Parts: sequence; structure tokens; C-alpha cells
Amino acid sequence: MSESKKTFSIKGMHCASCVTMLERALKQIDGVSQANVNLATEKATVSYDPQKVTDKHLESAVSNVGYQAMIGEELKSEDGEQKEKQKELKDLRVKVIVSLVLGGLILWGSFPGLMKSAPMFLQNFWVQLFLAAPVQFWAGFGFYRATLSALKHRSANMDTLVAMGTTVAFGYSAFVTIMPSVVERAGIEPMPYFDVSTIIIGLILLGRYFEAKAKAGTSEAIKKLIGLQAKTARVVRDGKEIDLPINEVEIGDHIRVRPGEKIPVDGIIVEGESSIDESMVTGESMPADKTKDDVVVGATMNKTGSFIFKATKVGQETMLAQIIKLVQEAQGSKAPIQRIADLISSYFVPIVIMLAVATFVVWYNFGPADRALLFAILNTVAVLIIACPCAMGLATPTAIMVGTGKGAEHGILIKDAESLETAHKINTIVFDKTGTLTVGKPEVTDIISVNHLKSEELLRLAASIEKGSEHSLAEAIVKKAEEEKIAISKAESFQAIPGHGVEGNVDGVKIFFGNRRLMEREKVTITDEQNNQIIKLENDGKTVMMLAANGALSGLIAVADIIKDTAKDGLAALKALGIEVVMITGDNQRTAAAIGAKLGITRVLAEVLPDQKEAEVKKIQAEGKVVAMVGDGINDAPALAAADVGIAMGSGTDVAIEAADITLINKDLRSVAAAVVLSKKTMRTIKMNLFWAFAYNIILIPVAMGVLYPFFQLLLSPIFASVAMATSSISVVANSLLLKRKNII
Amino acid sequence: MQLDNIIVTIIGIGVMGFIYWFFLMKKEKTVTAGDLVDITVEGGYSPNTIVIAKGKTTTLRFTRKDPSSCLEEVVVPEFKIRKFLPLNQTVSVEIKPEKAGEYEFVCGMNMFHGKLIVK
Repeated sequence: MSESKKTFSIKGMHCASCVTMLERALKQIDGVSQANVNLATEKATVSYDPQKVTDKHLESAVSNVGYQAMIGEELKSEDGEQKEKQKELKDLRVKVIVSLVLGGLILWGSFPGLMKSAPMFLQNFWVQLFLAAPVQFWAGFGFYRATLSALKHRSANMDTLVAMGTTVAFGYSAFVTIMPSVVERAGIEPMPYFDVSTIIIGLILLGRYFEAKAKAGTSEAIKKLIGLQAKTARVVRDGKEIDLPINEVEIGDHIRVRPGEKIPVDGIIVEGESSIDESMVTGESMPADKTKDDVVVGATMNKTGSFIFKATKVGQETMLAQIIKLVQEAQGSKAPIQRIADLISSYFVPIVIMLAVATFVVWYNFGPADRALLFAILNTVAVLIIACPCAMGLATPTAIMVGTGKGAEHGILIKDAESLETAHKINTIVFDKTGTLTVGKPEVTDIISVNHLKSEELLRLAASIEKGSEHSLAEAIVKKAEEEKIAISKAESFQAIPGHGVEGNVDGVKIFFGNRRLMEREKVTITDEQNNQIIKLENDGKTVMMLAANGALSGLIAVADIIKDTAKDGLAALKALGIEVVMITGDNQRTAAAIGAKLGITRVLAEVLPDQKEAEVKKIQAEGKVVAMVGDGINDAPALAAADVGIAMGSGTDVAIEAADITLINKDLRSVAAAVVLSKKTMRTIKMNLFWAFAYNIILIPVAMGVLYPFFQLLLSPIFASVAMATSSISVVANSLLLKRKNII
Repeated sequence: MQLDNIIVTIIGIGVMGFIYWFFLMKKEKTVTAGDLVDITVEGGYSPNTIVIAKGKTTTLRFTRKDPSSCLEEVVVPEFKIRKFLPLNQTVSVEIKPEKAGEYEFVCGMNMFHGKLIVK
């Protein structure tokens, strides 16, 4: 018997006896082996035999004893979040307005200079007490509640500081109002400070209001990505076209997309052609022309044509879903730079409370004789209010959220905060040549006969022998022969010689086809003139293959890969950042050097076999460099992993997310520099934020304690303290949001 | 120094000592989790030190009862999880640690901390 386990909420529980009753009721169901009810969490966990027990059984057992089971009610977090946020903001706004209006009235009636113009009743202390009480206990209720629940865990936070600070100010003022004679007897003028308690609460709530609004902006990128998803798909089933909700689309479904429509899921075009704008997902600015057998990406926009495609990835497997997951994960990760802020913030609040107590003691003992108690109280309040651990806590995560989100908008997916942090230190970038700097589809450029053979015959022999080969160069030659409509013969006793080429018999002729090494091995003579021809082609950046028939060299076929049109700009941008560019390739020295020269790359590592790339990366690291490796993410996985930052350039939908620290979904080489710039700008923002948050607390807490008083007779009013506090956390969030406006390309 | 100064000073030092002891010398209570552990989010996390098994999926079920926006998000950095916790609702987070060690979970602003001990 396989057992199932289920946990669900129960509504209506309020005492320990409910627990026993519910447990008994659940255990009485036939098939339930265990039932645990937790009063604190208001939840039941039940182990049962799913063959005998259904949700209905559980629900009715619970309702029979007078409660309600909430089975299967695990929330839709996105919706819940939205609604809750809005409600929270609305509540907050009402509280801000009420506190500031009441606080303003009290200030009018109590501030020297202003109070002369105020109506008499506002100057009455009892009226002020009456106005201040709702602010303290209704608008400020949240501070008390949070403080109490934190104290239960022997911890303290921002709310604890605000609650303590305002309570001291309010309590003293209330005491002065109710028992002025006691204060007078102590030689102090009975003057309440209700304006302080109310306006502090108003301003701090106002700060929270703006902070909440700004914080919503930091996660905007994710919301945008989620919003990209299409809602429905027009699926062709049994010859009929029906609109289905996106989550009902299955792999293998044929889906029609009309002009101007969004492509719902990932797939391959089976009929028709169109121009597709993929900018929203890949960041690629130019629309791509697509036809049969081309890959389409869900959430991109079909522009002109109409086509049918076969769904290959749906639901959580689509590229968009993967991007969203990756960005969410990155935003949940922690940057190493944050560690110090973490360490400090865990001690911060208790230390501030101790400093506040010390402030009180010192001012009480050493303050000016007539106002010692007053100054002791006001400065204690100022210390409690000005301390702002929030700014420290917000400094790193908000910038990481904006930075990773901005990256995603440009097709730059960052795996985690640590990768983003390391990327700003990169000073050397190693590019894999084929498929990264070049398009990765080599083409035949020259066919040169060196004896009586016609070039057509040369190509026929080469294509025939290469037909069975899996090498990318072979593909280029076979393709060329097909284009020229040359009939290919079948090769016999075909054999691939790794690192050299191929051999076999075509129409009874023994053929060797491959590189110089193969010719040397087979002792095929290459004349000086032929050699010069080869060198000339190689100096043009072409890969030259030689064909020997019956032991004599018959001809040369040159193959070249096209350099990506964004390569030059992309590399120039990296150089402008002061980054050294290295090219790594399996090509021979001369070809590699020629391509390097075309791209302006001086350091070229040629004739590197795929399994040596990792070692080459490590060699450069041993020079003390911080190395990024850019590759296609599939063949280069070990080298990508060995590099300080592995950058995979995506090809179509094959986002090789796992191997790389940063994945570039588009093929635009300028994205590499953009990723580095993004990292540098994000780190700058984080450093500025941290500096601001630390400097703020380090400078202003002593000022609030009154260290300037002995020299300049300067004290910080608690009201100014609350202004400074509210501004400091908003300014950190706002600074992170500024990242959105920075150009990275 | 007058009597009131002495009293204020003694009380002040006493209060500071109490604050140090109360906040900074607390001992966390540790629980050992099965497949599933319920964590109540109210002024912190309870339980806040949880022992979980290596190589096994453990579900952490967070229920936020504290309306303070400080606790509205829970972050488990090593597992790259950042989740919004709607008030009075349960949010499940599944983790499968492959390495033994201590991992923390914190609120969105890093003010509240909890610890996962993987054994």
C-alpha cells in the first residue's frame, strides 16, 4: 500500500482542545493512518491511503467537528502579491495623510514662532494629546505589533527602534500634560513634544510608502517577462483550428500564427514563412526571416507572414519560462560583497539601542544643568530614529535585482549575483573562434586544380569522399557540390584519420583528402609553387584542404567561415574597456593569425584541440588574469567552467544555461561588452549604496548622540532625524533604480 | 555626583547589559525536519534553526502571520530562492541540499535570519 501525505490549512481553530478534536476526527476516517494538527500554523498533516481517502472525506470530517479545511488552496503567489501590495499601499497612504495632518496641526500649535498664528485651542496641551494619541496608537500600531513579535524571538528590527523612539517622546509629553506640576518641581518647564512623536511616525510611514513604490520598480523586469507570455494558441487539431489556452498546448501540436500575432510556444515551422521580431526575448534588434524547418521562440512577435509550426517545447520548458526562472534565481542569490553588510546588520539594532541608553545616561549626567533631562530624552529619541539598518539591507539586493533584470531585457542572462560581481573584474576574454566570432557555417571559397583535373571533378571527388564524414568542413564541401548539382559517387573503404583528414576509394581511384599533415604522412610531394598557393589562401584566413589522387596532389579546396558582422564592434568595445582579447581555435597557425589580424586580435592560440581549451584557459589564469571564456556552451563546457566567468553565446533556443555563468541569448558579439559594462555599473551602484548606507549611520548616529554639542552647540532635532532616516532608504532604492537608465550597449 | 545621577547611571548600565544578553546571547532552538517543516513567520522565523538531511528533498512551508513588510520576502541565497510570502498563506519552498553545511535563510532585507543545518 503506498501512502500519501497531505498538509492543509484549517480555519476556525482557536484552542488546544480543537487540536485533539480534529486529530481524532481525521484519524477516524477509514484509511487515515496518521493525523497531526498544529495550532500555531493552523494546519493538519495527514498520512492516508489515497485509494480509500479523497479530499472530500477529509473536508467533511473537518467540517463535522465545526471547522473548515482549505485543501488545495496553495496560493497563486503572483496575484496574491499584487493585491496585497495594493492594499498595503492604500492603508499606508491613509495613515501617512492622517499622521501628517494631525502632526502639522500640533506643530502649528507648539512651534515657537508659528504658534502665535495658531488658534488658541491648538495650543492647549490636552488637545495636542488628544490629536497625538491616534497617530501613536493607530497609525503607529504596526511598529508596536512588529516590535512585540520580534521581541518574542529575542530579536529587534527597524520597527523596534521607531516604536521605542516615538514611545519615549509621546510618553514624556503625555506625562508633562497630565502631571505638569511634577515636572515643574524638578525645575523643568512643562513642555510636551507631541509634534515630535506624530511627525516622526508620519514621515517614516511616508518613507515606507515611497520605498514600497520604488521597490516594486526593482522587480519590474520579471513582471515584464511574465507579461510577455501569450494567453492562447490557435491549434490545428483534426483539420480544425481552435483557440486553446496556452497551458493546454501539447508538444507536437500544430499551431497557426497569423500576421501581427504573438508566437505562443517554442517550435519549428512546418509550413509558410515570415519575418519575426525576437527583440523582446533575445534582445536582437533586427527581425529575423524564417521559413520551413526554422526554429521559432515563444513570446516573440510574428510580423508579416502567416505560418504553421509544430510545438517542441511547452509550459516550463519554453525559452521564456527558462529565462524567467533564471532571472528569478539570480535575484534570489547573494553577492559576496553583501557579506559584510549582513554581518553588521545582525548586530546593528541591539547596538543602536545600547547607544541610545548610553546617550541618555551621558546627557542626564553631563548635560546643561537646567535641561539635562530634556536633552537626554530628545537625543535618545534622535539616536533611535536616525539609525537606519534598512538602507544597509537594501543596498545590494535592489541593485542586483535591477541589474539582472536589465540584463534579461538585453538578452544577457546572469546565473547568479556572484557571476555578476566577478564579471566586473574581468581583464582578459578568451573567444572560441568557430560559432562565436564566426557564424559557424564554413563555406567553400576556392577550388583550385593543380594538374589536369577540372575543378568540377575535383569537387566531385572531394564531396564523394567527404559524404560519410561528420566534420563541419565536410558539410561545406558536400553542400557546395549539391549547389553545383554535381552527382556524387559512393566512396569505398572510407576511413577518417583524426587530426589529418580522410581516405578512401572513389570510382577506383585511391583518394587522400585532408590537411598538410596528411600529405606529409602519405609522402605526397608539394611543389614550391603549390606551397605558395596554399600559404596565400591561409594568409587570407582560409582553411586549405588538399586532395591527392593516386599518390599525387591534384588540387586544393579552401573553406572559410564568415566572421560575424558584430564581431568588430564587439571586440572594439571590449578593448575600449581595457580588456585583452584572446582567440582560441583548432585552425592552423597561419589561418588563425589571418583571422586574428582581420579582427584586430593579437593574441591567437591556434591548433588547440577541443580538450586542450580548458588547459589554455588555466594557463592564462596562472598569469594572474581574471579570465572570461566565450563559447557556444556545448563543446566548450569544461573551458567555460574553468574560466572565472563562463559566457555562453546561445544559438537559437538551445540556451546552454547550466554550463555558463552568463548566457547571451542573442548572437550579437556586442553583448559580451554589454555584460561587462552591466556588471561594472551594477557593482558601482552597489558600492555607492553600501558606502552611503554605512557613512550615513557612522556619521549621523554620533551627531544624533550630540557629539557636536560641546563644539558648536549643535543638536539634531528628532524630526530632522526622521527626515534623514526616511530619505536614506529611499535614496538607496532610487540609486538602484537609476541603473535602469544607464546605457550598456 | 548626586544620587539621581548615580541611579540613572547604574540603571543605564544594567539596561545595556540586559539588551546585550537579551538580543545577542540568545540560544537558537533547533528542530530536526522530516520531509516537511512548517515555519511560522512572525517577528522572525520559528523554528529558525532547522536540521535537514543531505541529498533529500525537504519542503519548507512558510506561513507569514506578521504584517510587517520587513518579512514579506524570504530568501534562501545558496539555493537561489526569493519568494514573496502573502500574509496568512502558506508558501512551499523545496530544497535538496547536496552538500553538508550551514545555509541561511533571511528576509528580503537581511534583518531576520534562520539557519538550515544540512547533515
